[in-house]
Amino acid sequence: MHDRSPSGLHLLHDTDATKSVSPADLPFTVQGMTVAYHHKPVLWGVSYSAPKGCLTAIIGPNGAGKSTFLKAALGLIPKLSGETRIFGDPIEKGLKRIAYVPQRSAVDWDFPATAIDVVLMGLYGQIGWFRWPSRKHRQTALDCLKSVGMQDFANRQIGQLSGGQQQRVFLARALAQNAEVYLMDEPFAGVDAATEKAIVTVLRQLVAEGRTVLVVHHDLETVRDYYSHILLLNGQHVADGPVETTFTSENLQKAYGGRLASTQLDGLSQASGA
Amino acid sequence: MEQFFAALTLSAGYNTALVCIGAALLGAASGAIGVFVLLRKRTLISDAVSHATLPGVALAFIIAQIYFDAGRSLPVLLFGAALSAGIGVLAVDWIKAHTRLTEDAAIGTVLSTFFAVGMVLLTVIQSLSLTGQAGLEGFLLGATSGMLRSEALTIAVAAALVGFAVVLRMKEFSLLCFDEAFAAASGYNVRWLDRTLLLLLLGIVVIGLKTVGLVLIIALAIIPPVAARFWTDRVPVLVAIAAGIGASGSYIGAALSASAPNMPTGGLIVLVLFGFFVVSLLISPVRGILAAALKHYRFQRIVHLRQGLLAIAHEEPVLEPLTRSILRRGGFMSGDGQPTVKGQSEARLIERDQKLWNLYREMHPEESHALTDWSLKPIGEVLPADTVKVLEQELCPQFARTDETGNGGTN
Repeated sequence: MHDRSPSGLHLLHDTDATKSVSPADLPFTVQGMTVAYHHKPVLWGVSYSAPKGCLTAIIGPNGAGKSTFLKAALGLIPKLSGETRIFGDPIEKGLKRIAYVPQRSAVDWDFPATAIDVVLMGLYGQIGWFRWPSRKHRQTALDCLKSVGMQDFANRQIGQLSGGQQQRVFLARALAQNAEVYLMDEPFAGVDAATEKAIVTVLRQLVAEGRTVLVVHHDLETVRDYYSHILLLNGQHVADGPVETTFTSENLQKAYGGRLASTQLDGLSQASGA
Repeated sequence: MEQFFAALTLSAGYNTALVCIGAALLGAASGAIGVFVLLRKRTLISDAVSHATLPGVALAFIIAQIYFDAGRSLPVLLFGAALSAGIGVLAVDWIKAHTRLTEDAAIGTVLSTFFAVGMVLLTVIQSLSLTGQAGLEGFLLGATSGMLRSEALTIAVAAALVGFAVVLRMKEFSLLCFDEAFAAASGYNVRWLDRTLLLLLLGIVVIGLKTVGLVLIIALAIIPPVAARFWTDRVPVLVAIAAGIGASGSYIGAALSASAPNMPTGGLIVLVLFGFFVVSLLISPVRGILAAALKHYRFQRIVHLRQGLLAIAHEEPVLEPLTRSILRRGGFMSGDGQPTVKGQSEARLIERDQKLWNLYREMHPEESHALTDWSLKPIGEVLPADTVKVLEQELCPQFARTDETGNGGTN
């Protein structure tokens, strides 16, 4: 039913292979990252390198630090230790090559802006200080809205959009950034089926263009259908690699502990034939 | 009254004209910066900023008067105000960052402490019986009556500069206010942007001390954007309207004060601004309460019309008097309660539309619940064409296919 993106070429994170690859080819690498909220560690010494040009799901139980992982890696929240490298560069320099999609619930949607205004925000970096979006920028923003099926809503106030439509606007803004690495925090949270489908299509397109996409994902049922790789977190790094070899009941048991029933685990880890 | 109109038309003397223009520029700039203070949800911190100016003003006066005999020099007093307000803001920031107190608790503490220090210092000044202290109360509630030409000019120029800076940074401030995390992840220095915003606000507070006074200056930054919010859903328009309201309110207030020198200028300006707020609240077509009431009336009519037509389509009797009268007025029902031909055909259309809407709710329950226009407007006006097409195909595959070959759009 769904095309599985080609994953055979990208077995980079076999640790042996990683060592032989130049750091400039690694789109997103995190070394020994530890984050604590009020002296309570949320992430403990996580090291990870994202496979280039792959669609990777970051999965783990609630409170596993999935969103925290992205935020700390981007430097949005303070961390105790660890560093992020983007194609070998430190994160401050690498931000230009990254597009980040925050959780939809992180912003106040009553903000006075239309859908296209929000997408244009993704172009502010290009537009530069003291200048205004031009006709060309508006066209780019419209094209991005079109690729998420929202072109008819360009001038709608964002508060009047449904949750799924708001999520699509967020995705369009990230597309406008034309980045090499996409980091998305729960883009599927609380969206309708049509939006979920539209988002998956866009993610596949991004990967087909050779971009690297990391998605914090909640729904274990769809992991096999949507992604080629996973990163399994549970406060610590549990496992990462291609879905076929890493999305196993053994690894899931390690990450989720008793939170998943064994029958559930069996159902998920068996190839679903989709 | 005559004097008021003279001031309003800038013909009450050069000084008064300058004061009015200075106030207008001040109002415009504070309205503009206020938009972002409001959108950043930091209106409270502006109160801390203004109250924290008082010890600075008093100290600057004491030092300047005793050592240089220049206690009435406006730049010196404003410099003192800016310095202590800056310290106040940093104190709030520090408490927020290093304790588990929330920002409002930090603001409350800092604001009252600084104001208390200022009041004590003012009493000290009185007991020292220094000369030239008469003008100091003006900083509390604003007094333009004795304002010097150079002072008015300073205020006008400084306000214009702040306003200009806000407009230049509008994009970045919007981004900061809407989505801080995204701004940071796009490489903007959020902390620094926040500081710039506060610095500009601090600038406005300091410039406005003499005209509006520190107790009320905050109203100049808050009321115009709050009033403007009723009129628009776009940031640039919001900035323009807030600046306009701030400018006209301050201008009219200053003119009023010129004709009644005993009244505090700050109070007059704020009252005029409040007038703008009330008018906006009532009559704005976008978010005003009259518009909302009208919208509710229309909404009620649409619901009754739709349900009446659906009843006709299902050949059910229409019993509710309001529904019947709405149907009759629309020509969908004759006087004896029988549907007209027009009513019959409209009922068919609505029935089909409703089927599509129901199908949409079945297929995308969450999405449809989030939609405000669900089954109120024709579905083609609300949902994108491709979604409607999918629904039509689902509802009646044959119909959708002929529609495609017939080269006709869904709408």
